[in-house]
Amino acid sequence: MEAQTPSSPSLSPAALRERLDAAVMQVSSVVLGKDAAVRYALACILARGHLLIEDQPGMGKTTLAHALARTLGLDFRRVQFTSDMLPADILGASIFDREQGAFVFHPGPVFAQMLLADEINRASPKTQSALLEVMEEGQVTSDGQTRRLLEPFFVIATQNPLMQLGTFPLPESQLDRFMLRIRLGYPDPRAERALLAGEDRRCLLERLSSVLDAPVLLALQARVERVHASAALLDYIQSLLSASRLGGLFEVGLSPRAGLALLRVARAWALLAGRDHALPEDVQTLLPLLAGHRLRPDRQHVGLRIEDLIQRLLTSVPLPA
Amino acid sequence: MSVPEPVALEQDPGAPRLMRDVGLALLLAAAPQMLVVPWWLVLVFVVAGGWRVAAAFGRLPSPSRGMLGLMTLLLCIGVGWHYRTLFGREAGVALLFAMSALKLLEWRTRRDAQVLTLLAYLLVMARLLYDQGLLTAVYAALAVTVTLAAQVSASRADTNMSSGQNYRLVGSMLVRAIPVALVLFLCFPRVQGPLWNLPQDAAARTGIDDEMSPGSIARLNLSDAVAFRVRFSAAVPPPAQRYWRGLVLERFDGRVWRAYDPLRRSARFAHEAVGEPIEYVITLEPSGRRWLFALDRPASLPAATFVDTNDVLRRLTPVTELLRYTQYSDLDYRSGPLSSVERLRALALPSDAAPQAVELGRRWQQTLKDPRQRVEAALRLFREGPYRYTLQPPLLTGDVVDEFLFETRAGYCEHYAGAFVVLMRAAAVPARVVAGYLGAERAPSGEYYIVRQSDAHAWAEVWLEGQGWTRVDPTAAIAPERVERGTFAAIGDPSVLPLLARRGDGWLRQALLQLDALDVTWNEWVLAYGPERQRELLQWLGWHGADVLGLLALMLGGLLIVAALLAAWSWWCRRPRHDALAALYLRFCARLEWIGLSRAAHEGPQAFAARIARQRPDLADETGYILDLYASLRFGPAASAEQLRELRLRVRNFRPRA
Repeated sequence: MEAQTPSSPSLSPAALRERLDAAVMQVSSVVLGKDAAVRYALACILARGHLLIEDQPGMGKTTLAHALARTLGLDFRRVQFTSDMLPADILGASIFDREQGAFVFHPGPVFAQMLLADEINRASPKTQSALLEVMEEGQVTSDGQTRRLLEPFFVIATQNPLMQLGTFPLPESQLDRFMLRIRLGYPDPRAERALLAGEDRRCLLERLSSVLDAPVLLALQARVERVHASAALLDYIQSLLSASRLGGLFEVGLSPRAGLALLRVARAWALLAGRDHALPEDVQTLLPLLAGHRLRPDRQHVGLRIEDLIQRLLTSVPLPA
Repeated sequence: MSVPEPVALEQDPGAPRLMRDVGLALLLAAAPQMLVVPWWLVLVFVVAGGWRVAAAFGRLPSPSRGMLGLMTLLLCIGVGWHYRTLFGREAGVALLFAMSALKLLEWRTRRDAQVLTLLAYLLVMARLLYDQGLLTAVYAALAVTVTLAAQVSASRADTNMSSGQNYRLVGSMLVRAIPVALVLFLCFPRVQGPLWNLPQDAAARTGIDDEMSPGSIARLNLSDAVAFRVRFSAAVPPPAQRYWRGLVLERFDGRVWRAYDPLRRSARFAHEAVGEPIEYVITLEPSGRRWLFALDRPASLPAATFVDTNDVLRRLTPVTELLRYTQYSDLDYRSGPLSSVERLRALALPSDAAPQAVELGRRWQQTLKDPRQRVEAALRLFREGPYRYTLQPPLLTGDVVDEFLFETRAGYCEHYAGAFVVLMRAAAVPARVVAGYLGAERAPSGEYYIVRQSDAHAWAEVWLEGQGWTRVDPTAAIAPERVERGTFAAIGDPSVLPLLARRGDGWLRQALLQLDALDVTWNEWVLAYGPERQRELLQWLGWHGADVLGLLALMLGGLLIVAALLAAWSWWCRRPRHDALAALYLRFCARLEWIGLSRAAHEGPQAFAARIARQRPDLADETGYILDLYASLRFGPAASAEQLRELRLRVRNFRPRA
C-alpha cells in the first residue's frame, strides 16, 4: 500500500485520460459487471465528493472500495461502525506516553486517503456527525490542535437500506455531505458466472498494481474544474434546481450545495467521457444519484419511489435549443 | 424599489452621493430663477446650500426647528415687502425659491431629499411662466432629467447603483414617458387664453405702446427682439407696402400722442376694398397688449377680436402667450365720408401747442386751395429743409413740435409723424398718427418674414376728399431708404443698433437667424398648438365637432393604448431570444419531426443522437455528426464561426426521408 509509483502531476491531458481509462478497466476487471457503478465512484472521487453505497451485505461494496484504493494508489482504511463506537475511535485520541511523559496523539482511521465506513448507520448520531464534520472540513481538531487530513481524502460509506433494529438513519442534512448515493445491485447472470468461475477476489486484489497515484489524482481533480460549463448548461442546472424547489414534487428542494455538487460531478463525468465540456446528458445521468438521498417526496406524492419523482423532474424541465 | 428608511443624513452611507445628485438638480432648477428673484434671496440660497454641506460633514450644527420657523417667517415678510404682495407670479416664484432654500436646511432624511426633488420640479415649471422658447424647453428637459436621477437616487436604499446605471434607468423612464406626454399634449382639451388669470402686474408689456412721445419709438428701435413673424400664403407685398398697422393715435396734448378711450366697437371695417385681399399668417409674440397687428388695412377678424372705428384690431384680453392668427388685408382701399365727431377729433389741437407750426399750417391753408397741395408742401419742407433722420436726436426741452421743426431739425419717425400731423391739422386737413411696424426681414429659409421691435415705426394718415383716409409717411420724405431697406440703412450710425436689427451677412447674424428658424418651428408646432390647431388636427383625422368630453375620452383612450403598447414592448424585450445556433437546431429538429423523430423537450443532443441511431440507423452518421457539432457549439468552450458555418451548411443539406 505504501509503495507508490512515482509520477509527476504535470502529465499531458492525453496521458492523464489514458491512465484514467486504464484505472476504470482495472477496477472493472475485479468488480465484474458493475462498470457504471465504477464510473460513478470514480466521477465522485474526481469531483472531490464522498460516496454513499446503499446495499445489502455481500454485494461487493468492500471489493469495490478496495479495488479503487489499490488502483488509485491510495492509503486505504476500513472501519466497521457499531453502536458502541465513540468519535475518538474514528478521529484518534491523545494518550499519555509514559516514556516521553506527555500526551501523544494517536491518529484514527480518518487519517487515511480512502476510508471505507461500513454500515455507517449503525453508529450513534454523535459518532456519525463526528465523521461527517471531518468530511466537510478536511481537518480534525483535538486538544486544541488542528490537524489536516491527507490529500486527497475520500470516504465511501455504506448503509443498509432496510430499517433494522439498532440503526440510526442519517438525517437529510447529513446525507447532503455525500455527493452521490449509488446502489450496486445483483450482478447480471454472465457476470455472476464469471465471478463464480474466476479466482478469489481477495487474491486478485492483492495482485492489483496502482495505475494512478495521489499527485495524479489531485491533478485530475484540478482538471475537473477546468471542464467547460457553458451558460446554457448553467441555465439548465438552475432550471432543474428551481423546479425541484417549486415543482411541488418534493418536500424540500435541492440546496445550493447540491447545485454546486451537481455541476462539479457533471464536469467530472464529462472528463471521464473524454470531453472538455459538460453536456445536459451528464447532468441528467447523475441527478438521480445526486438527488436520491437528498430529497423526500412531497405529501401528495408519498408512496411514490423517489427515483420516479426525479425522473419526473427531469422530464418536466425542458432543455432549450 | 424598497421603502426608504428614515436614516438620518449624517448616518447615511450614501449621503455624499445623494447630496451631490439632489444638489445638482436643485441648482439646475433654481438657476433661471436667480435672474428674477431679488439678490438677497440668491444669497439666502447660497448660504443655505453651504450650511447644508457643512452640517453634513459635522462642521456646523443643523438649524433647530424653531430657528427654521423664524427664518420662514422672515423670508415671507421679506418677499411680501419686496413685491408688496405674496400673490402673483413674481412673489409666488420668489416664495417657492425661498422655501426650497429653507428645505435644504431642513434636510434630515431621505424623505426630505425626495421632497427637495419635488421642489426642483416646481422650480423648473415656474421658469415656464416666464418663457417657453425652444432653449428654455431644452433646459427644462435637462433639469427634469437630472432631477429625476436625483429622485431615483433618493428613493433607492441600495447605494451601490452607479451614476451610469442610474441615468440608464432614468433614460428608459423618460423614453416611456414620451408617448404619454405626446397623448396628453395632443388630446388635452385646449381652451383659448390662460386657464387662470395672472394678476395684471404679471403680464409684461412689450412693443408698440398706446402712447407716443418723442424718443419712445427710437428707444424701441434699439431692441432686436422679435415682435411677430409672418408667413405669406401667396404673393409677398413689396417693401413699400409692408406697413403693419397697429394703433391709431389721435389725441395730442402738446407732447404725447394717445388713442381715444373708451374704445368703440364697430360693426364693420371703416374702408372699402379695391382689389383682392392678400392672405398671411401672423405668429405674434406675447406683447401684453390688447391689440393685434395687420398689414394696412385689416380685412378680417381673428378669433376673439373686434374692430374699432379706426380699423384697429382689438381684444378684450391682453396677448400673454404666443398667438397665431390667419389674417387678410386690403392693400388698396378707400374710405367713406368723415362724421362730424371724427372730423373734430382729427383736427383738434391743444390751444397753446406749437404756435409756430400752427402758424405755418394756417398760412398753407390760406395759400393752397387743395388739401393735397398742403400735404405736398409739408413733405417738401422735410425733403428740402436741412432735416436729419437720426436715432439719437437732441433732447427737446420746450415745445416739442416747434423746437424740432424750427431749431433742432433732427428727429426720428415719431418726430416727423407727430409734427406732420400737427402741421396738417393746423392747415385744416384731418390727420392722425398711426403706430405700428414698417418692414419685414426675410428669414434665410425664405419661408417666413421676421418683424422686430427695431422695425417699430410711426406714420400719418390724412383724410382727403374722394379718397378717404390716406397713408402718408413723412419719414419717406426725409429718409426714403427707411421704407425700402429698413432702419439699418436709414440712420447714419448703424452701430447703435443691436446685431439682429442690422442688415448684413455676418456669420453670427446668420447663425442666429438659423436659430430663429428652429424657434419658429417650435412655436408653430408646440406653443401655437391651441384650440384652433387642435380642431384642425382632429378634422384632418376625420373627426369634426369634437367637444371637451370627446377630447377627454380621446385622451383616456390614447393613454390606454400607450399603456398597452408599452406593456407589449416590455414583453417583446423580455421574450426568449433565439440566436442563430438555436434557430439552426430548431430547424434541424423540425425536419426530423417531419419524419416522425421528434425530440422530447428535455432530451439532450447526445441522447437524441443515440435514439436516432437506434430508430433510424441509416441517418445515424449525419445526425450524429450534426448533433455533436451542435453540442460542442452550444456547450463547448470556444465556438468558432467556422463550426457554425459548417453546421448551417449541413442542416441546410439535411433532407431526411421517412
